[in-house]
Amino acid sequence: MRRLPAETRLGWLLCAPAVAMMLLVTAYPIGYAVWLSLFRYDLRFPGQRHFAALGNYVSVLGSGVWWNALANTAVLTIASVSAELVLGFAFALIMHHTLFGRRSVRTALLVPYGIVTVVAALAWRFAFDPTTGFVNGLLDLHGDWLARHGTALLIIVMTEVWKTTPFMALLLLAGLTLVPGDVRSAARADGANAVQRFFRITLPLMRPAVLVALLFRTLDAFRIFDTVFILTRGAEGTETVSIVGYRTLITRLNLGLGSALAVLIFLCVLLIAAVFVKSFGLPLTRDGAQTR
Amino acid sequence: MSARGGPMEKAFWGAGSLIVVVYALLPVGWIVSLSLKPEADLGDGRLIPAHVTLAHYRAIFHDAHFPAALRNSLGIASLSTLLAVTLAAFAAYAIVRLRFPGRRLILAAALSVAMFPPIAIIGPLFNLWRLTGLYNTWAGLMLPYMTFTLPLAIWTLSAFFRDIPWELDKAARVDGATPFQAFYRVIAPLAAPGIFASAVLVFIFAWNDFLFALSLTSTDRARTVPAAIAFFTGASQFQLPTGSIAAASVVVTVPIVVLVLIFQGRIVAGLTAGAVKG
Repeated sequence: MRRLPAETRLGWLLCAPAVAMMLLVTAYPIGYAVWLSLFRYDLRFPGQRHFAALGNYVSVLGSGVWWNALANTAVLTIASVSAELVLGFAFALIMHHTLFGRRSVRTALLVPYGIVTVVAALAWRFAFDPTTGFVNGLLDLHGDWLARHGTALLIIVMTEVWKTTPFMALLLLAGLTLVPGDVRSAARADGANAVQRFFRITLPLMRPAVLVALLFRTLDAFRIFDTVFILTRGAEGTETVSIVGYRTLITRLNLGLGSALAVLIFLCVLLIAAVFVKSFGLPLTRDGAQTR
Repeated sequence: MSARGGPMEKAFWGAGSLIVVVYALLPVGWIVSLSLKPEADLGDGRLIPAHVTLAHYRAIFHDAHFPAALRNSLGIASLSTLLAVTLAAFAAYAIVRLRFPGRRLILAAALSVAMFPPIAIIGPLFNLWRLTGLYNTWAGLMLPYMTFTLPLAIWTLSAFFRDIPWELDKAARVDGATPFQAFYRVIAPLAAPGIFASAVLVFIFAWNDFLFALSLTSTDRARTVPAAIAFFTGASQFQLPTGSIAAASVVVTVPIVVLVLIFQGRIVAGLTAGAVKG
């Protein structure tokens, strides 16, 4: 087929609204955030706005709050994503192998995926609450789970894992169905046991699916906000970078300092994506037209 | 491929399925149970309510804020879905069907937006929306919702569009249809399953959002349910209205459960089409 200029024009015309919107609501604001981060700018005292160069970054990086939040976020991300990977694989294998009721299992798993995160967090919060909850009674304990640093982090991780493992499991299930059945049958005939078949055949063939699922879940876990806001509001030293960002920008209306935080969070996300692409060779830039 | 092996193995996977279902539904069942308990029983610590009442549901529908929040949620999520899917369908059609420079760039841009941390633009949007009058309006929330769902919708729709037979498109062009007619007469009906899949995913995102709703709204005019629940107050400032919160949580979960029951196959296809094959 000849490539007509009209086709190019139509192509861009059809893509223009979507591209314009994505640029307008992400690229422009992040540029604006970089600009704002160079000023001392507090909305409660707008008259005192003045240029501060990298002063906000010095303040953020020199404070314990940022590093503490970053450490919490890293712990929560690593703990929840690894738990999700293991549990997600278990669920995917269960769905793959079960003949009876596969559809019902899949439907049930879509409920945590689709449920509003705030609602999920509330369900877990009420379950562990010393007065309304049933967990203490069930385990014959009397602890106030969300009032202590360690257990609060544990419940945040459990809530995240409950809510997002289904996503992982469904992606892994799709990857699992791409593994040719005869390859595994052949391995079985050659005497490989179930564990060997999983680690030697299934897992290597699923590598791309696993990496994509891991990347998206890692980035998603890194921006964790809703769960922490509902469960602890950042109390008991459970603040994450998004919670600190929200508190600085929206609660304290400190646009300068908050924008510096926003830019640092953005850089962290870029770094995570770069690490995935570089060290695992994730083919993110491949042309979508050839993916099927 | 499927379960071979003895009855022991089948029982093993069957028991596994049961565990998965309990895992998925227990917290949901718990919040339903809590919403049905009378005020006096809220602290009884029982998983199954001893007495059942609809008092909390009556209370939230007579609440000063909840009905408005529900209206906002439904309106904002539906409109965002409609607009985002329309824009994404145009873009996906162009990416799949037309040859033009910059296609890769658009997919790469969409992918970067998909990884973008929303907290990074909350401050600028708050300031810009205040200055432009978008703060605390439906449009003020729809813009970020559309932006953050466009990548998912474009990728999902591209994957579905790729499976539509080329020949029909060409045949329509030969018969004198313009490229645009070929799109909406021939391709669009064939693309309906993909459209539904991405629409459900977009709706779930918009329905689910908390951060934007919390930061960019201030009153009943645009505040959605997740944000409204966070601002629920009890009889006194220090008392959490557990029953009302539980009832509101159940109400906001119902549309999701309905969508999941109707579209479960589509949702799974949409989720995996965008991600796994990438």
